[in-house]
Amino acid sequence: MSNQTEPAVNVGNAATNAAELAVKCSGVAKGYGVDDSKIMALRGVDLEVNKGELFMLVGPSGCGKTTLISVIAGILDQDAGSCRVYEHDLLHMAGHEKVRYRARNIGFVFQAYNLLPALTAAENAAMPLIINGVKRKEAVKRASEILAEVGIGDRTNALPAQLSGGQQQRVAIARALVHNPRLIVCDEPTSALDHETGARVMELLKRVALDHQRTLVIVTHDARIFSFADRIARMDDGRIEQVVNSPAQLEH
Amino acid sequence: MYYTALKMLTGDRSKYIGIVMGLTFASFIMTQQPAIFVGIMARTFSFITDLSQPDIWVMDPKVQFIDDTKPIQDTELYRVRGVEGVEWAVPLYKGLLKARLENGNFQTCNVIGLDDATLIGGPAVMIAGKLEDLRRSDSVIVDLDGAASKLAKRLPGGKVIPLKVGDTLELNDKRATVVGIARTSRTFQSQPVIYTTYSRATSFAPRERKLLSFILVKAKEGADRQELTKRITKITGLTAYTSDEFKSVTIGYYLKYTGIPINFGMSVLLGFIIGAATAGQTFYNFTLDNLRQFGVLKAMGTTNGQLLKMILLQALMVGSVGYGLGVGAASLFGYLLRDSVLAFKFPWQLLVLSGTGVTVICIFSALISIRKVMKLEPAIVFKG
Repeated sequence: MSNQTEPAVNVGNAATNAAELAVKCSGVAKGYGVDDSKIMALRGVDLEVNKGELFMLVGPSGCGKTTLISVIAGILDQDAGSCRVYEHDLLHMAGHEKVRYRARNIGFVFQAYNLLPALTAAENAAMPLIINGVKRKEAVKRASEILAEVGIGDRTNALPAQLSGGQQQRVAIARALVHNPRLIVCDEPTSALDHETGARVMELLKRVALDHQRTLVIVTHDARIFSFADRIARMDDGRIEQVVNSPAQLEH
Repeated sequence: MYYTALKMLTGDRSKYIGIVMGLTFASFIMTQQPAIFVGIMARTFSFITDLSQPDIWVMDPKVQFIDDTKPIQDTELYRVRGVEGVEWAVPLYKGLLKARLENGNFQTCNVIGLDDATLIGGPAVMIAGKLEDLRRSDSVIVDLDGAASKLAKRLPGGKVIPLKVGDTLELNDKRATVVGIARTSRTFQSQPVIYTTYSRATSFAPRERKLLSFILVKAKEGADRQELTKRITKITGLTAYTSDEFKSVTIGYYLKYTGIPINFGMSVLLGFIIGAATAGQTFYNFTLDNLRQFGVLKAMGTTNGQLLKMILLQALMVGSVGYGLGVGAASLFGYLLRDSVLAFKFPWQLLVLSGTGVTVICIFSALISIRKVMKLEPAIVFKG
C-alpha cells in the first residue's frame, strides 16, 4: 500500500443512465493515520455498480477492498471524492440520517458471520427489523420465513454455536435480507466455508438476494466463486485496476 | 433491543455470574457491616430504650453517656419532684459491682437499683418470677443472658448450669437471692444485669457520700418535655434530657470518642472499593468482549442512543440482582445469628445506603463501558 494519493486510473463500467446505478463512486480516497504516517487505503477510486447486479471486488489482502465497501455501506467516511448509493450522498448526511439510512437500505454479510451468540437463529435474523422498530414477535415471525427460504427453517430456535459454518452463513444471509434492503454488502462470505458449501451459499445469495432493485457487492479473494459475478473489479494498491465481465478476463 | 441487551448479558453465564457476584459482595458488605455498626450503637442506649416509662432523665452535668454514672446527692430527688410540670420522679441506681460466684470467681455486674415503692425501671419481660418479688429480703432479678453465661454455675466436667430462681450469689460480701430471671436488651458492655431495689443496691455498693445515679421523671400530661428539661436544669443545676436526647448524647459520645465508627467505616469503604472494582472491571470486560457484537449492531443501524439504553439496562439488571442477593444475604446473616451475641440492626436507611452504593458502582461501570461503545468504529466488523 502506498502512502501517497494518486489520481484514479480506472473507471468501472461504462456508465448507463445514472438512475440505473446503485453505487457511483468518484475519486474516493481514504487514509488511516495522520500527516507523514498516513497510509492511503483508497487512492481515488471510481466505481459504478448497476442496480440488480452481483458485483465482486477482488484483489490481494490490503488492497483496499474492505475499506471501499465500508465507505459504500456508510460505516466509514472517505477523505475525498464522492460516493452515492441509490443517489444518496452518505458523506453529507447527518449522523443520525446515515444510521437510519443504513438500517433501512443496507444488508450486511460478514466474513466471521458476526451472529449474536446469545440469540437464536430467528432472533439473529430478526435484528435488522427490530432495529427498524418492528415488534420482536412480528420480526421473529418474518425472520423465520426468510430462514425457511434460505433452507434452515428447521433450525430457527438453534443458537449459533449449535449451527455449522454453512448454516451460520445462511442465518447471516437471512439477516441481510429480512428488512428487504436495496444494497447488500458481503465481506468474504465464503472464506470460512469449504468449496461445496461456499458454492451453495453463493447460489443461495444469487437466487434470493438479487432482483431488479437489489444489488450485491461482494468482497472476496476466493477465486472459486468469481463465476457467480456479473462483473468483477480487480483492486490493487488502493485503486481499481480492471473491471471485467468474466473471471477469464482477469489479469493476474 | 432491550430483550437483546438482556440476552447478551445473560448469554455468557460465567461472566454474568461474575458481575452479579461482585455486586452481591459489595451490597453484602455495604449492608452487613453498617447493620452490625447500627446494632452496636443501638446497644449503647438499649438501657434507655428498655426504660420506657420515664420521659426525662436527670443527672450530673458531667455525665457523657448512659454508663458514665456520676452520682448526685439523694436530696436532689426532692428538688426535682418540686419542679412544676413533674408528675413523678423516682431514683435509679446504676453501677458496676463485683458478684462472687459459687465457685469463688468474681464477675463484674451492672447493678440497677429501682425505686423501692414503685419498682419503676424494672425489666418488662420476666422469664421466671415476678418483679414484685424484689420486695422480698436480699432479692435480685438477673437477666437471662447473664444467668445463662457469665453467672452460670460451671461444674468440674465443664457442664454449665444457668443461674435459676432460688440460687444465691454475693454482691460486695452481701448475700443476694435470685427471685427472678428477666429478658433485657443486650447492652454495649455485655455484663450481666442485676436488678434490685434502690435501697438494697445502695447497701450492696461501697459506701460513698453520693449514690444516686439518675432521677427518672414523668412529665405531667400536656406538659412540654423540652420546656420541662430546661426548667429542671434551671432550678436544680442538674442536666435533664428527654429519653431521645439522652440516646443521642450517648451515641454521640461513642461516635466521637471511640474507634468504632472509623473501624466499621473502613470495612464498608473497603467493601465498596473492592465491590466497585470487581463489578466495574468485570462489567467493562463484558463490554469489551461484546464490542464486536455492539459493532455489528452499530453497523446494522443501531443508534448510539439505543446502545446507551442497552448498556444502562444491562447495568441496571446486574445491579438489581446483585443488590437483591447482597441485601438478602445480609438479612439472612442477621436472622440466623439473631439469638447470638452479635449486634445486628437493619433499619430501612441501610437499604437506601447500600442501594445508593450499588447504583454508584453500576453507573460508574456503565459509564466506562458506554464511552468505549460510543467511540466504537462500526467498521471493525469487517475485520476478520
